[in-house]
Amino acid sequence: MLGLPAQSKGKWGSPVTDQGIGARLLRKEDERYMRGRGQFVGDIRLAGMQEVAFVRSPLAHARIKGVRIPPAHRGRVFIAQDLTGVSAIRADTSLPGFKSSLQPVLAADKVRYVGELVALCIAPTRAEAEDVVGEIALDLDPLPVVADMLQARKPGAPMVHEHWGDNLYLTSAIDVDFEAVKAKAAVSVTKELRTSRQVMSPIEGRGVVAQWHSRLGQLIVHTSTQQPHIVRSGLAECLGLDEGQIRVVAPDVGGGFGYKGILLPEEIALAWATRKVGAPLRWIEDRRENLTANANCREHHYILSAYADAEGRLLALDCEATVDSGAYSAYPFSACLEAGQIASILPGVYDFPHYRCRAYSVATNKPPILPYRGVARTGVCFALEVTLDALARKLGSEPNHVRFKSLVRPEQMPFDNIAKRHFDSGDYPEALRRAIEAIGFAGVRERQRRGEPDGRRVGIGFAMYSEQAGHGTSVYAAWGIPFVPGHEAALARFTPDGGLELRIGAHSHGQGLETTLSQVAHSILGVPHERIRLVHGDTATTPYSTGTWGSRCMIMAGGAVAAACDELARRVLAIAAKLLQAKPEEVRLVAGEVVGPAGRIAVADVARTWYRRPQDLPGDVDPGGLEVTAGYKAKRDTGTFSYAAHAAVVAIDPETGELEIMDYVVVEDAGVLVNPMIADGQIIGGMAQGVGTALYEEMRFDAQGQPLAATLSDYLLPGPTEVPEVRIEHMETPSPYTRFGQKGLGEGGAIAPPAAITNAVNDALQGLGAELLVSPITPRRIVEAIARTRPPPQAPAAVESPPGPDGHGLPGA
Amino acid sequence: MKPVAFAYARPASVGEAAQMLAAEPGAKVLAGGQTLGPILNLRLAQPALLIDIARIPELAAVGEDADGATIGATVTHAAIEDGRVPDPTGGFLARVARGIAYRAVRTRGTIGGSLAHADPAADWLSCLSALGTQVYITGATGTRTLELDTFVRGTMETALAKDELLTAVRIPRFSPRARFGFHKICRKAGEFAEAIGVVAYDPESAIYRAVAGATNGRPLVLALRAGVAAKPFTVAEAEHMLQSMRYAGDAYERQLHAAALRRASELAFAP
Ligand SMILES: Cc1cc2nc3c(=O)[nH]c(=O)nc-3n(C[C@H](O)[C@H](O)[C@H](O)COP(=O)(O)OP(=O)(O)OC[C@H]3O[C@@H](n4cnc5c(N)ncnc54)[C@H](O)[C@@H]3O)c2cc1C
Repeated sequence: MLGLPAQSKGKWGSPVTDQGIGARLLRKEDERYMRGRGQFVGDIRLAGMQEVAFVRSPLAHARIKGVRIPPAHRGRVFIAQDLTGVSAIRADTSLPGFKSSLQPVLAADKVRYVGELVALCIAPTRAEAEDVVGEIALDLDPLPVVADMLQARKPGAPMVHEHWGDNLYLTSAIDVDFEAVKAKAAVSVTKELRTSRQVMSPIEGRGVVAQWHSRLGQLIVHTSTQQPHIVRSGLAECLGLDEGQIRVVAPDVGGGFGYKGILLPEEIALAWATRKVGAPLRWIEDRRENLTANANCREHHYILSAYADAEGRLLALDCEATVDSGAYSAYPFSACLEAGQIASILPGVYDFPHYRCRAYSVATNKPPILPYRGVARTGVCFALEVTLDALARKLGSEPNHVRFKSLVRPEQMPFDNIAKRHFDSGDYPEALRRAIEAIGFAGVRERQRRGEPDGRRVGIGFAMYSEQAGHGTSVYAAWGIPFVPGHEAALARFTPDGGLELRIGAHSHGQGLETTLSQVAHSILGVPHERIRLVHGDTATTPYSTGTWGSRCMIMAGGAVAAACDELARRVLAIAAKLLQAKPEEVRLVAGEVVGPAGRIAVADVARTWYRRPQDLPGDVDPGGLEVTAGYKAKRDTGTFSYAAHAAVVAIDPETGELEIMDYVVVEDAGVLVNPMIADGQIIGGMAQGVGTALYEEMRFDAQGQPLAATLSDYLLPGPTEVPEVRIEHMETPSPYTRFGQKGLGEGGAIAPPAAITNAVNDALQGLGAELLVSPITPRRIVEAIARTRPPPQAPAAVESPPGPDGHGLPGA
Repeated sequence: MKPVAFAYARPASVGEAAQMLAAEPGAKVLAGGQTLGPILNLRLAQPALLIDIARIPELAAVGEDADGATIGATVTHAAIEDGRVPDPTGGFLARVARGIAYRAVRTRGTIGGSLAHADPAADWLSCLSALGTQVYITGATGTRTLELDTFVRGTMETALAKDELLTAVRIPRFSPRARFGFHKICRKAGEFAEAIGVVAYDPESAIYRAVAGATNGRPLVLALRAGVAAKPFTVAEAEHMLQSMRYAGDAYERQLHAAALRRASELAFAP
């Protein structure tokens, strides 16, 4: 149709060139990142700019009786009562039974978590702003604190939002003929599992610069966000401004992961205050704010039962899940994004007939829970895959026995699962077979039989998941949160010198969209990669988009860029055909040229003709010219399901609990890969975060809701030496629903590692009778799990000889 | 977070620095800043004056004689790691230095700063406790010398008076037959220790010490009786030593410290 060359067709019917879809191109954006030339919010300096620091609540739950501001600081300290005309953040879902929380921009009557904003302080420098913060006295009347989600569910627990009558945002439930399994099952296991609260740790924290532009009559907010257009809508709602009065710019963003997919009270506070004081204002989140108050995520509790027949085929799951959603429903994804999805995600990649799940989104006096790479799936995959291994152990079989008996088979695709999720394509058993092969399963079992000379215990574990991506209107309309994604738009236009400019409303901050969308455009138009520019991150210059989340961009922005380029190609061909004096059906677009029966013309020359020599154009030329905005939606918008099998080999020192990941394999299928190198990068980066969840990251709170880590020496993140070199194999089963058969894959790397590593740990400790059901698996937890299997120790032997002046004896020495 | 405003001084001599300390009650010494920097940023310390001692020549001096070596307070971990200063242990100091944090921290962090801060998890504190180290101190009114065990009083607590600086450490010379083992258990590379075990053994001077470090207080030093076999400790021996040191910790911590001691002894007495 577009006259693409017939030779060397790729999977989606167009050529794999060295710059198009399928090419392992280096990332364009790395040119500036690797040279330290990126420009982040923290790099912005505006004339007259002042710095902001916040007074945050020191208590988890208290009534605010007063805020004492020294007279000297009047005019540069603002509290809730000052914010006239500003509404609280409201992130409701339309799910039946949801209880709404209003998150005040600055706390007014009550504080509900440690770190909640109470006052905004302005000074020429951040240090001076912090000096002002130190002089503000809060008069707080402490209230009983509920810091534990299981406590919070109990009657009589202190209430975070009194008018609710309990602490439940939402209870979600599903029951598919569950009771019937009891007559059929031969075995069952029940496990109680827990994942810890974590903190998202992008290298760049949040940052906001707000200014009021008097000529444009516009609020301009530079903010480190994944969703500039959604932030604009949210700001307009809370500030009572027209959206046209607001421009949101996301410059370079140093990692998002979900943490930058949130409307922040800080953004609203600065946006309000910049008008009030008449100066640009900047707030740069520091690591302490990030850790203790802002970036909380992932805290799940499960009681999960799995039932199987005697052959090991999974018959049913029965789950009670609780998620600690914290004090407020965060905008736009709501307090229920995690728990509300558990019931639909839990069945995983398996086909089984009976199912029951109840999931509770619980309010506590802790920071609001935010979406983090993998959203809910990391916890769900952990709970399910660890329980499946326990089930296999009970059956006396190898863990993958249950998986192979229960996986959805390729011939069932597309497949509607028990929770009505529609799996588009794939071969799950093949991924598992390849992972078993690649990790050398038989060799590891043999090594375990031999034992380790250093006394360590080796274990091997597997985990599988599927990752819904790019799901759209149908899914989100049912969910009913503040936005529902519709068609994704992209603008494509030729510049007069034949370069190509692409504009998207999503944002690229590590995903490599500046490269991959260029590859998409190149595949269609043949414009050289270096002549293609991607513009993104500015509501003033890009089409509306719900932004970068849910692994959607390669599907949605990729599809939209392709749609715009398709239309551009049509227009280029029409013009070129006239210029070549050929019939439209006689010309083809080949490697940046339009080729006709008796001549050829470079696409760049067509562009030049359109802009610079319109006198040469045919009279009936499409007046729209060489600039196109096109919308795109997948053929079916229930999402693509990429999936993977992860395999881990670990060695554990039972004496110290130290753990080494000796080998790690990922076999994944994300459909057609636009740039396999970037896909690898996504997996490796996600994997590092998965290792953090599995082994290191834990934000603990005491009973009074005080966070127990304030720096990165208390909140451990894996570093390069802790993340194993992962071996990746790709399968490429196209999605039937997307433009090129591509699927979203941004989150998967972070989903399965806790499950695979925990299964490997439990495999290693099996002989000792110890089992770990909590993440992260710390050395202490390993040692204590092993200790619990031993008979209680006798009282410690008395010190044989009291210390004398000449030292001590050794027994038997 | 950012520090509070403070004045900054760079005295030319130890004497001048001590005078400044004595004159300004809100003063604090700055050496490599690898500990003090974060503390200032978190506003855990809010000094009125920072006295930067990093460029005082006498504090960077090193010396060596038949009995041992003197290492100035501002000698960096990296200098020791690189063997740029005398090492009376024949290479043990360099090995320990290499395990402190990572190179960027070692390039600035100083041995004196580490001891003066007296974080129980610090590597030098445990290592030097096993070696019979002395600490040289200068105050506004004079100098004194303390054994390291007396210098360190507890968690982040030392015998330094308000107007005193730690100027150098004195480490005795060990014979070529001496054996050392240092084992640190920590969650990840560059992280502070959860447990440290140190063993120092010199048959010629009849020194045989075991140290449990990264405890909840100062390092626990056990002088082992002459005649105790110079061979790796058994689990029971390591546990018994901890008891003799009156180590207080829960079961997990005890197990970790026993393992650290045992592994230090294995390193010391590896064939
Ligand atoms: C990321 C990171 C990881 C680290 N990991 C480790 C580790 O694994 N093991 C380890 O042992 N250490 C570790 N450290 C600490 C590091 O070794 C520091 O260098 C050391 O603790 C302090 O030395 P400094 O010269 O930086 O002292 P500074 O930070 O300048 O000062 C520390 C304290 O000592 C006082 N002080 C300094 N010098 C003197 C003096 N001569 N007389 C009197 N008072 C003085 C200061 O007033 C201050 O109170 C780490 C540090 C960082 C930042």
